[in-house]
Amino acid sequence: MPLPDIATRYAFFTGKGGVGKTSLSCATGLALAEAGRQVLIVSTDPASNLDEVLGTPLGALPTPVAGAPNLFALNIDPEAAANAYKERMVAPYRGVLPPAAIASMEEQFSGACTVEIAAFDEFAKLLGASEATAGFDHVIFDTAPTGHTLRLLTLPSAWSGFIASSTGGASCLGPLAGLDTQRALYAATVKHLADPAMTTVVLVARPDRPALREAERTRGELADLGVRNLHLAVNGVFAAAQPGDAIADAMTRRAARALAEMPAGLAGLPCTETPLIPQGTVGLAGLHAVARESDEVAAEVVAEPVPPMLQGLDSLIDEIAATGRGVVMTMGKGGVGKTTIAAEIAVELARRGHKATLTTTDPAAHVAYSVSEPVPGLEITRVDPEREVALYREEVLQKAGGGLDEAGRTMLEEDLRSPCTEEIAVFRAFARTVDQGKDRFVVVDTAPTGHTILLLDAAESYHREVLRTQADMPEAVRNLLPRLRDPEFTRAIIVTLPESTPVHEAERLQGDLARAEISPFAWVINQSLLASGTADPLLKQRGSYEAPYIAKVTGNLARRAALIPWRADEI
Amino acid sequence: MKLEVYDPAMCCSTGVCGPDVDPALVAFAADLKWLAERGVEVRRYNLGQEPQAFAANPSVVKEMEADIDRLPVLVLDGKVIATGGYLSRDQLARKLGIEAVPAAASRCCPPNSGCC
Repeated sequence: MPLPDIATRYAFFTGKGGVGKTSLSCATGLALAEAGRQVLIVSTDPASNLDEVLGTPLGALPTPVAGAPNLFALNIDPEAAANAYKERMVAPYRGVLPPAAIASMEEQFSGACTVEIAAFDEFAKLLGASEATAGFDHVIFDTAPTGHTLRLLTLPSAWSGFIASSTGGASCLGPLAGLDTQRALYAATVKHLADPAMTTVVLVARPDRPALREAERTRGELADLGVRNLHLAVNGVFAAAQPGDAIADAMTRRAARALAEMPAGLAGLPCTETPLIPQGTVGLAGLHAVARESDEVAAEVVAEPVPPMLQGLDSLIDEIAATGRGVVMTMGKGGVGKTTIAAEIAVELARRGHKATLTTTDPAAHVAYSVSEPVPGLEITRVDPEREVALYREEVLQKAGGGLDEAGRTMLEEDLRSPCTEEIAVFRAFARTVDQGKDRFVVVDTAPTGHTILLLDAAESYHREVLRTQADMPEAVRNLLPRLRDPEFTRAIIVTLPESTPVHEAERLQGDLARAEISPFAWVINQSLLASGTADPLLKQRGSYEAPYIAKVTGNLARRAALIPWRADEI
Repeated sequence: MKLEVYDPAMCCSTGVCGPDVDPALVAFAADLKWLAERGVEVRRYNLGQEPQAFAANPSVVKEMEADIDRLPVLVLDGKVIATGGYLSRDQLARKLGIEAVPAAASRCCPPNSGCC
C-alpha cells in the first residue's frame, strides 16, 4: 500500500511546501472514504490548493466532494481568520480612540505570528469543539501546527501575562492576548495531538536529502513535545523502468542514495513510499493514481513545446553583467534550488571578467563550485545560520534576559525560537555582505523575505518616531533598506519549480516583496523535466504537466523568466 | 501610590523581532519592577492588547488625540506625569518621592545604558 494506514480519528500531514502534503492527505482521505468511512479533509494552509486537487469549490464548512461519496472537505484561510480576529479586537474602539491609535492597533495584527496562532485557533476549534466534526470517522489536516507554536502555547508563562506586565513586551502571543479564554481548549488540543490513540502525524518528504533532513528535524521537535505516533511518507519515489536515459538514471540514483542515507530517527518510523506519478495529482483520477501500486504511463504523450526565449540563464546574466556591480538575491522556499542558481550566476559573472562574491548558507556550495573548479575573480563566503542565530540569541538574552525571572526568561527564549528570529539573525549577516556590492557583484542565496524587510522598516520607524531614542541599528542595516529598494542596485530573482504549490508560494513571495516596495528582476523556473530532454516515458509525461505552471509564470507573474532543465548535477 | 503606564501598541517590544534589543525598554521594565518592590502599585497597558484601559481614561485619550506620539503616557494617581517617553529611575524616584538607589550591579543593566 503506497499510502499511510490511518487508524486514528485525526491525522496531520506535515512537511515543506511542495512535497505533496495536500496530494497525500487527499489520496489517503479518498481511500478511506471509498472503504466506507466518513472523512473530512481540512486545509489551513494560506497557500492551499485543496479546491484544485479535489476539483470542488470549498468554503469554511464541510462540503461534499463531487464524485466521491463519504468524502467532505473544508478550507480555512488563517489569514482571513487573523483578519476577522483583528476586526473583532479593533472595531469596538473605532470612534472611541483616535484614528492614529486605531491604525497602530491594526498594525499589531498583521504579523506572521498572528496568522500562525490564528491557524492553530482553527485547529483547536475542529479538534476540541466536537459538533463541527461530530459526523466524521476521520478528520485529516493537510497542515500541522509548528513545534514553535505548540511549545509557545504550552508554556504556562504564555498565559500568565508576566511578559506583558514586566517588559511591556509581547512575544509572539502578545497580539493574541484576547484569545486567553481559549486556554483550556488549546491545552486540550495539544493533548489530543500527543495521544497516539487519537492522532497520527504523517511526515511527508520527497526522496531527497534536504526534504528528509527537514522531516527529521520536525520528528525531533514533535518527539520532544510528546507527539510520538508518527509515520513517514516518502512521496514521488522514482526508479526508471529501464536504464539508458541520463535524466531518469540520475533521478533513480539520487532517490536511492537519499533513502539509503536516511537519518536514523526517521528510519525507525513506519514508512510508506508513494511512487512518482506521471500526471500530477489534480482531480480524483490523479488521486486514484497515487493509491495504485503500479504506475501506468499514458500511451501517447502530447509534447509541449518550450518557448525558446525561456531557455537558460544567459540572457539574464548578460543584463546583470552590463551594470558592473550590485546585489543579486535568489529568493524562494527551501528546495527550489536557490543556491544552485546563485552559484551559476556568480560563476558566470566572474567568467565575464567581473569581481563577484557568492554568499551562501549552503555548506556544500564551496566544495561544489570553488574547489573542484576555481574561477578567477570569484570569492565564496558562507553564512552559517545556526551560528548567526546562536550569536543573536546570546546577545538578546544578555541584553534583555537579566531583568526577567525564570518564567519570563523561558518565554523570551521561546520567542527567540520563532521563525522571525532566525530570519532576523541571518538578515544581519546578509546586511554585512550587501555592503560590499558598492564596487563588485554580490550574489546571495539567503535573501530576507518581504515580511522581514517590513518588520525591520517598522522597527526602524518605531525606534525613530515612537520612542524617540537613538535607533540602535547597525549602520549596514540602515543603508540596506534603501539599497534593496533600488532596482539599479539590487536584483531579486524568484526561484520556483514548475508545479502548483511552489508557483503559488512564489506568487505570495512576490506579493510580500511588493509590500516592501521591491519588484523582482526576474523569475527562474528550476528543475524542469519538460526542458530536460528526457526520453523516459513517465518523466516525459510528468514534464508535460508543467506547461500550465510555466505559462502562468511567463504570462502573468514575471517580467523576465528563465527555464532551467532538471539536471543531474544539482547540489 | 498607583503608577499607570500607557504604552504604544507594541509587538515584540523587547526588540526580539527587530534589528536590536532596545535597552531603554529593558531598563524601564526593570525600574518598574523596582518600584513595585517598594510598594508602588504598577499597572502597564499596551494599546495593542488592552485598548479598553486607554478608552476608559479621558486624559490619556486627550493626549492621543493631540498626537499619537505622546504615548507612552505615565499617570501617577490619576495625574499625567510624563508623555512621549519613559522616565529614568532617578526621574521616577523624584516624581514618586522615593529614595533612588543605584540598580543592583547585576545583569539588569544593559551595556551602555548608563544606568550602572
